[in-house]
Amino acid sequence: MLGTIDLSLVDWSRAQFALTAIYHWFFVPLTLGLSFLIAIMETIYVRTGNEEWKRITKFWMKLFGINFAIGIATGIILEFEFGTNWSNYSWMVGDIFGAPLAIEGIFAFFLESTFIAVMFFGWNKVSKKFHLTSTWLVAFGSNLSALWILVANAWMQYPVGMHFNPGTARSEMLNFWDVLFSPFAVNKFLHTVTSAYVVAALFVLGISAWYLYKKRELLLAKRSIIVAAVFGLISALFLAMTGDGSAYLVAQKQPMKLAAMEGLYHGKKGADLVVFGVLKNDAHKDSLDNFTFNLGIPKLLSALGYKNSNAFVPGIKDLVDGNPKENIMSAGAKIEKGRVALAALASFKEFKKLKNQTKADSALGVFNANSTYMGYGYFDTPESIIPNVPLTFYSFRIMILLGGFFIFLFMLVLYFAMKNKLESKKLLLFITMLSFPLGYLASETGWIVAEVGRQPWAIQDLLPTAVATTHIGTSSVITTFVIFAVLFTALLIAEIKIMISQIKSGPEGGDHV
Amino acid sequence: MFETYSYLFLQQYWWVIESLLAALLVFLMFVQGGQTSLNTIAKTEEEKTMLVNALGRKWELTFTTLVTFGGAMFAAFPKFYSTSFGGAYWVWIAILFCFIIQAVSYEFRRKPGNFLGQKVYEAFLFINGSLGIFLIGTAVATFFTGSDFKINDYNQVEWLSSTRGLEAVLNIQNVALGLGVFFLVRILGAQYFINNINDENIDARSRKQVIYNSIPFLLFFLTFVGMLLFKDGFAYDTATNNVYLESYKYLHNLLQMPIVLILFLFGVVFVLGGIFITAFKRSKKGIWFSGLGTIFTVFALFMLAGFNHTSFYPSASNLQSSLTIENSSSSHYTLAAMGYVSLFVPFVVLYIYVVWKAIDKKKIDKQEIKENDHIY
Repeated sequence: MLGTIDLSLVDWSRAQFALTAIYHWFFVPLTLGLSFLIAIMETIYVRTGNEEWKRITKFWMKLFGINFAIGIATGIILEFEFGTNWSNYSWMVGDIFGAPLAIEGIFAFFLESTFIAVMFFGWNKVSKKFHLTSTWLVAFGSNLSALWILVANAWMQYPVGMHFNPGTARSEMLNFWDVLFSPFAVNKFLHTVTSAYVVAALFVLGISAWYLYKKRELLLAKRSIIVAAVFGLISALFLAMTGDGSAYLVAQKQPMKLAAMEGLYHGKKGADLVVFGVLKNDAHKDSLDNFTFNLGIPKLLSALGYKNSNAFVPGIKDLVDGNPKENIMSAGAKIEKGRVALAALASFKEFKKLKNQTKADSALGVFNANSTYMGYGYFDTPESIIPNVPLTFYSFRIMILLGGFFIFLFMLVLYFAMKNKLESKKLLLFITMLSFPLGYLASETGWIVAEVGRQPWAIQDLLPTAVATTHIGTSSVITTFVIFAVLFTALLIAEIKIMISQIKSGPEGGDHV
Repeated sequence: MFETYSYLFLQQYWWVIESLLAALLVFLMFVQGGQTSLNTIAKTEEEKTMLVNALGRKWELTFTTLVTFGGAMFAAFPKFYSTSFGGAYWVWIAILFCFIIQAVSYEFRRKPGNFLGQKVYEAFLFINGSLGIFLIGTAVATFFTGSDFKINDYNQVEWLSSTRGLEAVLNIQNVALGLGVFFLVRILGAQYFINNINDENIDARSRKQVIYNSIPFLLFFLTFVGMLLFKDGFAYDTATNNVYLESYKYLHNLLQMPIVLILFLFGVVFVLGGIFITAFKRSKKGIWFSGLGTIFTVFALFMLAGFNHTSFYPSASNLQSSLTIENSSSSHYTLAAMGYVSLFVPFVVLYIYVVWKAIDKKKIDKQEIKENDHIY
C-alpha cells in the first residue's frame, strides 16, 4: 500500500512541518510564560505603587514584544500547512480538528491581539487597573490559544469522541466534550504550558544573572530573579507531576511510543526504568541485548506506567510480532484486518456508485467489523509500526534529566537570592545564564518524544503519516522547505541580535536605531 | 438550540459567518494598503514613523482575522481547506510568505541589531501590502472563475495544473479582482491615515492618494463585476447535486436574492461616498463609509458565490468535483457545536470596539510619538 506513495515526498513534508514547528516552539514558550511573569510584576507595581516595578515590567514587556511578533510569524504557517502539505489529513480530521482551531481564533487570538495593544500603547491612555487587566488578559489569551491547539494535538495521540464515516471517508465528531476533556488533552495542555513557564523563568533568570554578573541593574535583576525563581520552581514541580501523568497515559494508549522511549525491545513484568543508557547501533527487536550499557531503576517503569510494579510492559517485539500470552495482537494480524477494511471501504463506495444497496450494505458490514484496524491496512510490513527508537529514547532522557536539573537550579537560585548572596556566587550565575538554552533543549526534545514517538502515525492507529500528505511534487516541498529554512533562520538571527542589543542597553535604552 | 436546526441551515449559517469574516478582513486590510503608501505619503522619517505606528497598532487585528477566517474555514468547510490549500499550493504558500514577513517587520524595523536593516523590513511591508493582497484577490476570484482540479471518492484532491494555483494570475477576471482589491485597500489605508493621524501634510497627501487610487480601483472593480454578471456560473441541482454551467448565473443570483442586491448596491455606494467625502468634503470619516461599503460589498460577493445553489469553489475542468456549501461542510454535529461558539462573536466585537476607542481617543501626532515609549 505504502509502496505506491512517494516516500521522499513524505519525508520532505515531515521535514518542513518539523522545521516550522521547531522554529515556532522557539518563540511560543517565552510568550506563554513571560506573559504571566509580566502580569505578576505589573500586579506588584499596581499594588505597591513602586515605580521600579513599573520599570521592571516595561523592560520584560519590551523583550516580550520582540518575541511575540516572530511567534505570530512562525505560527500562521503551521495552521495553513495542515492544508497545503497535509491535505488528506486535513480532510480526514477537519470535522474534529477544525473546531478547536476556529475556537482558538475566536476566543484566544482576538483576546491576545486586542489587549496586547493596551499593554504596549495604553500606559498613558487607560487607567492602571485597565492596563493591568489587559496584561492579564494577554496572558490568559495566549495560554488559551495554546489550549486549543494542544487539544487538537492530544486528539492525534488519542482519538476520542468521534467515528469514521465511510460515506464521507473522514472522522466525524460525536462528542465535543470528549475531545476537549480527554485525559490526553488535559495532561498535554498542563504539561506543555508548564514546560513553557519553565523556559520563560529560565529566560528571566538567565538575563538577570547576567546583569548580576556584570554588576548592572542590580535591583531589577534581584527582583526579577525572585519572581522568576518562584514561578519557575512551582512550574517545574508541576511539570514533573504532569510528566508522570503523560507517561501513564502513553503506557495505556501508545505502548509502542513507550517502548521506544525506554528502548524496550522485549516486554517484561516488573520492567526497569532506564535512567541512562547507550543503545547499540544495531539494536533490533530480535536481538536480546540492545544496550551497550544502561542504568535502570528496577520495576519503576511498570509502577509508573501501570501503577503496578509487577505489571507487564510490552516491548517492541511484543507489539510487532504479537504476544498471545499477554493477549497482544501482532502488527501483521492488524495489517491483514486493515487491508480487509480498506478493500471493503472501496467496495462500499463502488456499490454505492452503482446504486447496489444490498452489496453496499454487505461491504459496509465487513468494513465495520474490521474498521478498528483500517489505518494498519496501509502498511507493507509489521516493522513499519516502529518509530525512530534512538531519537525517541535519547530525547526522552535529555528532557527528564534537564527537568530534574531545573528544579534543583530554581531551588538553589531562590535560596541564595533570599539570602541576598547570589551576587557573590559567580559559578551559579554562570550556570544560570547557560541554563536558558538548556530550557529550550528540554522543551524541544519533549516535542520530539511526543511527535517522533507517535510515528508512523499522523493520527494514532487511524491514519499513517505517509497517507496524510498532499500529493504534490517533491521538488515543490523541497523548495518551500529551503525558503522557510532561510527565512526563519534569518528572522531568528534578527530576533537574537535585537534581544541581545536590548538586554545590553537595559531598560532605558535601545528602542530604536 | 443549534442541534435542532437543519443541516442546510447550519451550512448556510456558517457560510454567512465566513462571508462576514472575509468582509471584515478586506476592510481591515487598510493596514496592507497603508503599507504600500508609506513612501508616497511620508516625505520625512518622522512622518513615516507616524504612518508606521498608526498601522502598527492595528496590524495584529487584520492578521488575527485572517487566521480566524482560515481556522473557521477548516472547521466549517474542511473540504475547501484540503482542496484549495493542498491543490493551489504555490499561491497559498506565496500568500503565507507575504504575511510571515509582515508579522516581524513592525517590531523589528527600527530596533538596533535587526540584522536585515530598516529598508528590508519596509520592503517586507510593501510586499505584504502589494503581492499579498493581489494574490488574495486573485485566489478569491477563482471562487467565480473556477480552478482545474479533480476530487476522488475519498475526497482527495488532484490539482491538474503544474503551477499549483499560480495559473490564477493568467485569468483576466482574477487579475481584475486582485488589482481592484489592491487599489481599494490603498484607498482605505489613506483614509485611515486621515482619520488616525493629526498632521496636515499627511492629511493632504493622503487625500491625493485617495483620488489617484480611486481611478484604477473603479476600472478594475467594474471590469470584474461586469465580467461576473455576464459570465456562465457554476450552479448545482439540489436534488441530484449535479453541477452544471448556467448562463448569467451570478446576475440571476443578484436578482433572485434581492437582499444581496441591496447590500451590494449599498456597499458600492458607501465605498464611493467615502471616497467622495474624503476627496471633496475634507471629511476625516471617509474610512467609516468606505469601510462599511467594503464590508457590504465583499459580503454580498461571498453570498453570490455560495448561496442560491451555486458552487463556491468550482472545478472548471471537472464540474462534478466542484465544492458547494452542502458537499464540503463539516458534519451537523460539528457545525452545531461551533454554532454555540459563534454566539460569542458579538462579545468579541464589543471588547475590540471598547479597547480601540480607548486607545484611539488621542490621535497620533508628532508629540504622541515622542511621548510613547513603545514605538515602531
